[in-house]
Amino acid sequence: MVITNPILQLKDVSISYTPGKNAVESVSADIAEKQITAIMGPSGCGKSTLLRAINRMHELYPDIKTTGEILLNGKNILKTNPMEVRRMAGMVFQRPNPFPTMSIYDNVIAGYKLNGISLPKREKDELVEQSLKNVGLWDEVKDSLFKKGTFLSGGQQQRLCIARALSLKPQVLLMDEPTSALDPIATNRIEELLLDLKKEFTIMIVTHNMSQAARISDYSMFMYLGNLIEYDETQKMFTNPSDKRTEEYLTGQFG
Amino acid sequence: MSSLKYRTIKDKTFFYVTCFLASLTVVPLFAIIWELIKKGYKQINWNFFTESAPSTLDAMLARNTGDIIPGGIANGITGTLLMVVLAAIIAIPIGILVGIHLSEHPKTKFSYITRFLTDLIQGSPSIVIGIIAYAWIVKPIGSYSALAGSVALSIMMLPLIVRSTEETLKMLPGSLKEAGLALGASYTSVILKVLLPAAFGGLFTGILLAISRVMGETAPLMLTALGSTTINWDIVKPTSAVPLLIWEFYNDPNLIDMIWSSSLFLLILILSLNIIAKQIAKKWRIQ
Ligand SMILES: Nc1ncnc2c1ncn2[C@@H]1O[C@H](COP(=O)(O)OP(=O)(O)OP(=O)(O)O)[C@@H](O)[C@H]1O
Ligand SMILES: [Mg+2]
Repeated sequence: MVITNPILQLKDVSISYTPGKNAVESVSADIAEKQITAIMGPSGCGKSTLLRAINRMHELYPDIKTTGEILLNGKNILKTNPMEVRRMAGMVFQRPNPFPTMSIYDNVIAGYKLNGISLPKREKDELVEQSLKNVGLWDEVKDSLFKKGTFLSGGQQQRLCIARALSLKPQVLLMDEPTSALDPIATNRIEELLLDLKKEFTIMIVTHNMSQAARISDYSMFMYLGNLIEYDETQKMFTNPSDKRTEEYLTGQFG
Repeated sequence: MSSLKYRTIKDKTFFYVTCFLASLTVVPLFAIIWELIKKGYKQINWNFFTESAPSTLDAMLARNTGDIIPGGIANGITGTLLMVVLAAIIAIPIGILVGIHLSEHPKTKFSYITRFLTDLIQGSPSIVIGIIAYAWIVKPIGSYSALAGSVALSIMMLPLIVRSTEETLKMLPGSLKEAGLALGASYTSVILKVLLPAAFGGLFTGILLAISRVMGETAPLMLTALGSTTINWDIVKPTSAVPLLIWEFYNDPNLIDMIWSSSLFLLILILSLNIIAKQIAKKWRIQ
């Protein structure tokens, strides 16, 4: 499978938590722009580790070593200022983590506040409204914008976190099991949202839920023990996987 | 069968003995409060808060006529306020910054040493800290002063603020920091705008406890602030404080009756601060 004009390219990416033991082992892959790419695989295979390398979360922990190249628009992000990288690659975590001391409004524009960028009030209002509309939360919270974000339900909080990431207009949105803490209805809403968002954003999503990957993703990766075993169009992978281990995983024989 | 019965009795006895001992520990507290109220309440009126401590002569005259002693402890209250505020201004920023460092770099050698040294300060007798402040401030300035007292008190506050900052920050979930950094924020702004506000309750509790801890200190102030018979707001002049006044009253047979009201005031102040601090800590924890 060839991806033309990839926005993101992983080249021989290896990541280790302890020296000599790679949690991710020379992964190479091109990621298509404005598409959804799902990362699947059994627990502990290195999905989160790989995803977190893309917005340089690993730098918070000095023991973690990343080698290889990750190119975003042709530029190696491992050699770019991490703050710049993180603004271009937004991240949504498994558990909703709105800032507990900030209002809903401030949570949405937290990226600007924390970066010391002050916008005119009108622009802020527009950005908040637009981002909240993007995640389908506007109608639910427009009358309580100045209440704390932590008063929302889990699903609403997660959508608030997505809005927070989107308000910075990233090029890539990285999501680590964003729906695993949510009920089916909230999950459904987020899936619809992602299908909507891919018109504007490139999305990479880690998921344990195979039917979710099948429903929403255009491309899928299957990882096993730190290796990228198979990477293909989702349709192809689910109907006719080329590796035996992928097939076993997809048919529920392990994982 | 009889051994089972014996063991049940033993358990019950143990329970009642511990209950009895537990209630014994609060007896002194209530005895003190009762004693202070009984002997001190008459003294506490408006003048008590607005006037400085009376002279020995005035007190003696009042005693001879059977009146209550005139005057109050305004010079002590203002002095305590001045020195505690100044000590807090010195200790809070330093304590919080050191606490941040310890929680962000918990395992470096530097952090181990810092932790060890703050423990040492906490374990040091307060009179020794007074001597240090005397050498640092009183000697160079050539006069006892509120500033010197504040420095002594701030040294005593430091370990408490450092430790409560460190513990509170450690309790925050790592996801909070990651959420901030994932937005491209700098490390500094994540600490200042995300972590510290989230830790506010815990920090505030620690600060209140530290303040209430030093508010009743007497020994270090004897060597630094010395005392003053009038209200003083000048930080380089000798200044009084409530615990210093209590000590002075104790040493003056004509004024000795004032120790009850002053002690009552100080005790209520410190107990209230403690209760407020506990209340904040409880409320904050639920979140
Ligand atoms: N902080 C860490 N320190 C040491 N090893 C770690 C750490 N985090 C993950 N690992 C190891 O790295 C490997 C990959 O972990 P990772 O979290 O990326 O898996 P995952 O595919 O996301 O799993 P899950 O589906 O359970 O989230 C695992 O073997 C794990 O034990
Ligand atoms: Mg994971």
